Amino acid sequence: MYFRPTTIDEAIGALASQGGRILAGGTDFFATQGDRPVLGPVLDISAIDALKGIRVEADQIRIGACATWSEVIAADLPPAFDALKAAAAEVGGWQIQNLGTIAGNLCNASPAADGVPPLLALDAAIELAGPAGTRRLPLDQFILGPRRTALAPGEMVVAILVPRRFEDARSHFMKLGGRRYLVISIVMVAAQVALDLQGRVAGARVAVGSCSAVACRLPALERALLGVAAGAGLAGLVRTEHLAPLRPIDDVRATALYRLEAAQTLIGRALDACLSEPAHA
Amino acid sequence: MPDSAARLGFMLNGQMVEVGSAPIARLSAVLRDELGLTGTKVGCDAGDCGACTVLLDGEPVCSCLIAVGQVRGRTVTSIEGLPDASPSAASLQAAFLKHGAAQCGICTPGMLSAAAALLDRQAAPSEARVMDAIGGVLCRCTGYRKIVDAILDVGGGPSCAVDASPLAGRAVGARIERLDGRRKVDGSEIFGADAVPGDALSVRAIRSPHHRARFHFGDIDGFVRRHPGIARVFTADDIPGDNCFGVIGPFADQPVFAVGEARFRGEAVALVAGDAAVLAALDPADFPVTWEELPPLIEMDDALAETAPRLHDGRPGNILTRGRVARGDLDVGFAAAAVVVEGLFETGFVEHAYIEPEAGFARRVGDRIEIQACTQAPYMDRDDIARILGLPALAVRIIPTAVGGGFGSKLDLSIQPFIALAAWHLGRPARMVYSRTESIMTTTKRHPARMRVRIGADQDGRLTAMDFAGDFNTGAYASWGPTVANRVPVHASGPYFIPAYRATTRAVHTNLVPAGAFRGFGVPQAAIAQEQLFDELADRLGIDRLDFRLRNVLTVGVPTVTGQVFDAGVGIRACLEALRPRRDAARAEVRAFNAAQTGSLRRGIGFAGMWYGCGNTSLPNPSTMRVGLRADGRIILHQGAVDIGQGSNTVIPQICADALGAPLDLFDFVSGDTDLTPDCGKTSASRQTFVSGKAAYLAGQALRRAILREANAGEDATLTFADGGVTVEERGHRRALPLKELTPDARGYVLAAEATFDPPTSPLDENGQGEPYAVFGYGAHLAEIEVDLALGTVKVLKLTAAHDVGRAINPTLLEGQIEGGAAQGLGLALMEEFFPGRGENLHDYLIPTVGDMPPVTSILIEDAAPIGPFGAKGIGEQALIPTAPAILNAIYDATGARIRRAPATPDRVRAAIRALEIREVKTRDDTHA
Ligand SMILES: Cc1cc2nc3c(=O)[nH]c(=O)nc-3n(C[C@@H](O)[C@@H](O)[C@H](O)COP(=O)(O)OP(=O)(O)OC[C@H]3O[C@@H](n4cnc5c(N)ncnc54)[C@H](O)[C@@H]3O)c2cc1C
Ligand code: FES
Ligand code: FES
Repeated sequence: MYFRPTTIDEAIGALASQGGRILAGGTDFFATQGDRPVLGPVLDISAIDALKGIRVEADQIRIGACATWSEVIAADLPPAFDALKAAAAEVGGWQIQNLGTIAGNLCNASPAADGVPPLLALDAAIELAGPAGTRRLPLDQFILGPRRTALAPGEMVVAILVPRRFEDARSHFMKLGGRRYLVISIVMVAAQVALDLQGRVAGARVAVGSCSAVACRLPALERALLGVAAGAGLAGLVRTEHLAPLRPIDDVRATALYRLEAAQTLIGRALDACLSEPAHA
Repeated sequence: MPDSAARLGFMLNGQMVEVGSAPIARLSAVLRDELGLTGTKVGCDAGDCGACTVLLDGEPVCSCLIAVGQVRGRTVTSIEGLPDASPSAASLQAAFLKHGAAQCGICTPGMLSAAAALLDRQAAPSEARVMDAIGGVLCRCTGYRKIVDAILDVGGGPSCAVDASPLAGRAVGARIERLDGRRKVDGSEIFGADAVPGDALSVRAIRSPHHRARFHFGDIDGFVRRHPGIARVFTADDIPGDNCFGVIGPFADQPVFAVGEARFRGEAVALVAGDAAVLAALDPADFPVTWEELPPLIEMDDALAETAPRLHDGRPGNILTRGRVARGDLDVGFAAAAVVVEGLFETGFVEHAYIEPEAGFARRVGDRIEIQACTQAPYMDRDDIARILGLPALAVRIIPTAVGGGFGSKLDLSIQPFIALAAWHLGRPARMVYSRTESIMTTTKRHPARMRVRIGADQDGRLTAMDFAGDFNTGAYASWGPTVANRVPVHASGPYFIPAYRATTRAVHTNLVPAGAFRGFGVPQAAIAQEQLFDELADRLGIDRLDFRLRNVLTVGVPTVTGQVFDAGVGIRACLEALRPRRDAARAEVRAFNAAQTGSLRRGIGFAGMWYGCGNTSLPNPSTMRVGLRADGRIILHQGAVDIGQGSNTVIPQICADALGAPLDLFDFVSGDTDLTPDCGKTSASRQTFVSGKAAYLAGQALRRAILREANAGEDATLTFADGGVTVEERGHRRALPLKELTPDARGYVLAAEATFDPPTSPLDENGQGEPYAVFGYGAHLAEIEVDLALGTVKVLKLTAAHDVGRAINPTLLEGQIEGGAAQGLGLALMEEFFPGRGENLHDYLIPTVGDMPPVTSILIEDAAPIGPFGAKGIGEQALIPTAPAILNAIYDATGARIRRAPATPDRVRAAIRALEIREVKTRDDTHA
């Protein structure tokens, strides 16, 4: 059974009456299907206009659930989104960026999802719609573990909402993989830095992926950076203790020790890149 | 809103089409299976290879990741419609042909689609943009650079030389486009999965989920009854002949279906045949078999342990076979050494990762069976299938399809026994297409190696002794393990003179996927050890690393480690010397760069030499070519050497044309088919240009002689092939041969010739002394790299590859082989390792993408092998061997860290650098204390 509704209400209705797996860009859906047939109902949300596009609203930026990586790359967004755009440009290859959605990336909840660190650094929230109406969850309460989200039965993601509080902050994303293109991250880091007029750090947000079950922010580091004069660079301030929330594992891609060390290196570089690079080249 | 409409419409290649497939079906499957547009290729069904790229509303997408329901009302362009839809497509197709950007061609439709989408947006993109555009399409053959060049060419970048229709006698040496290229760029090439008889059944193998397991079947008849659409289940009991195959007769040990115990994860125990849709929906877990997992032998040490269970009777210690070459007195040699270096070097399983998974179909024709499938070895397939079905060899016909990459693994049987068995018993065509997982899980790999090596040199930098002991994990069955065990001792010295030498090898059975043939048969692994130790020796002796090698290279008249002496065609010195100018310039650049560095980037250079014997080791491996002249003046070449992308469909005709003295344009081809083309052996061991090429040369000459005889003319007469006839001119007399008056033979030829060539070799004695090959190819690579010390990441910036090819029959195709081989060597050095049971897909198993491949400068050295056709030698495997050691040497040059375990992944490189840093801190502390 395959449903292709054109409105959110129809989709919620179908989920309530039939249930079924949601299909958006299909890049995770089909990639994990292997040669098994798709059994059970499928709800294709790709024809729902209300889920499309990226809109700048008064106090938030709304990324529709069907917005693709390519749309993020092409959108005119403030500098705080540079990290997200850089992440988008590093996802798979062009073909994947044209199909895959940011919302799908979050719903798929892979520890290596490249969309998560930049959105964590942006304090993004998720708008969910379900039989009981809509609700909003901060991103760190939406992704609960590997392949586990807070989506309740019958619910779907409608949009990703990013507050406009710190949109002028500089941001940067760094991905480390075993090759160029089409690669699952060994470590990835999103950093965002706002400076005051004296060149001191007025706000810093750092998130790291592939080093814990769910990508996470590093609050101790963010606090340590506050008020620091950025002139001499920030990389030297990153201490091993700041990485305490990370719990990397050994796998075929790298050892845990390597991941920690690389994370520390990349955090430093991402922070400094926020200082040195013009927001828009 | 239920999707009620039974048929679903969209614009495809400029026309509205309606399909009846389920809306959740993958677009790729609908295009291929329902609409018959097989130009869209499927390499993984997971978004990982990009072969299935089509344009959706003009944007490139993977058609394997889209439900056809999602394209309702939208516009889809596949390769078949690309020339009409995209203004840049036709010039791209032409540029791909001109640059040699399509080798096997399986990635080409996807590459062209992505490239057209780019150029239609941006007429003159930068190289970086081109890379971004095709970064999502994998190519395993070309090394990508010629693809990038072709796209840049269309975007206004530099063009390249091409020789259109060379004159008679001028084909050899010409940069002609591949003769089978057109169908590779327009999507019409037929690969293993592309032709299916309408009434074909599908088959699916039931495979062991464990490395080692006993198993018992349940109620198979009940299973068949419960599943309408399933025609029959086959097990070992249904095999009419021997339940056994293998590429090397005396070692053949692999069952089609395991009996009682499965020896590796993925081994087949049964086969289900039935309607394609029913089989696609079948959950293999429903099949009535119970597994009892047994403790597997995974590591070679476990398998070698005295108490280890034996995988095969008659192979004590789980040793399949041993190899040995010994010469001179090791004690004397090491005693004479001023410096001795040694090390333990290891490599892992490497997957061939051709983009085309194994596929084909079989049909029974009376009392014969015909198999149309991708293969590298049609006659070997024929003989093994005959044995399995209990038929005479002539009752089996193998028709190779185009091969979407082989690299050694398609020498072994894969799908063939399954489809043959089902078609034979059921009397209906049977088809099988491996999934990517099945392909990676069950087909052969490069042998993991563990090599202990000691080498000594005297004060003058002359090698005095080398002792090599290598164990190679050959997996559960023999496959090409014996070849690896035999080739490595012959080659482990590298192309150098070593007076005292011993190399011993063991191929060790474990409960893992069989390791077999992969470009180089173990020699690339050995070169990783030997060439790194050579750098250590040179450094310890304070001799320039290049000069050190040059002091020791083989030359004419100097014996190899098997005691073979060549009197011509030993081009290694020229290859190494050819690297010198770039080496000197690069070294200066690297020094300047590193001196200016304050951050964590360091550059380095490294190089390595190589030799490789063409053809089988001391064993016959003849090729036979037939060429016929028709009454209308066309020349027909029966060219049975399978072209797996390397170009034998082009190179062999070039040779034959010049041997005959006719223009290439007059040739038509009968291509590989065991009923129609004589045996050209297997496409492996870098033998097709050399061995089959020589047979084509001899056949061309023989036909020329036949024509001269017919004309009563002497050897010195000139032949002119033109206007549908042949003119013979001798001492001022011209006469046209009356072709129309000659009686054609059964094949329709008025004159024909057949010739066989088998390279002369001699057997190796118990110390491996003898003449294993008639010809060696030689080469040397220079790698320039950049390492990020803090992350351990390595970027290769440039490769320079010098190869002695004897005679460059087609320089464009040679460069293609070199670049493609170097890309695989780069993968071996930096990223490729397969862990059985983990990552049987192309996102965990990483091969280089376009972004990983640097520019490659190829330098072709022509030190003719007198016995080769026009002096030519092989290149197929040679090209891969020196790349990995060159890169590993460059890592040391940049960092001071030696990587003895390939691949040098970022974590391994970083660990080696960290160990150095710790040592440095310690020494500093110690000296301060
Ligand atoms: C070759 C390849 C390379 C890739 N490379 C990268 C990479 O480098 N970095 C990276 O982070 N990711 C990568 N990915 C994964 C990335 O493409 C996906 O995570 C993508 O962003 C998911 O979006 P989608 O629209 O394709 O989701 P789908 O595949 O359609 O869905 C994914 C999952 O989310 C659910 N879902 C989707 N939308 C919703 C919704 N609105 N509400 C509720 N549930 C929903 C689906 O039910 C499904 O379980 C790669 C994938 C492939 C195939
Ligand atoms: S088949 Fe679609 S990406 Fe490989
Ligand atoms: S030519 Fe690209 S995969 Fe063979």
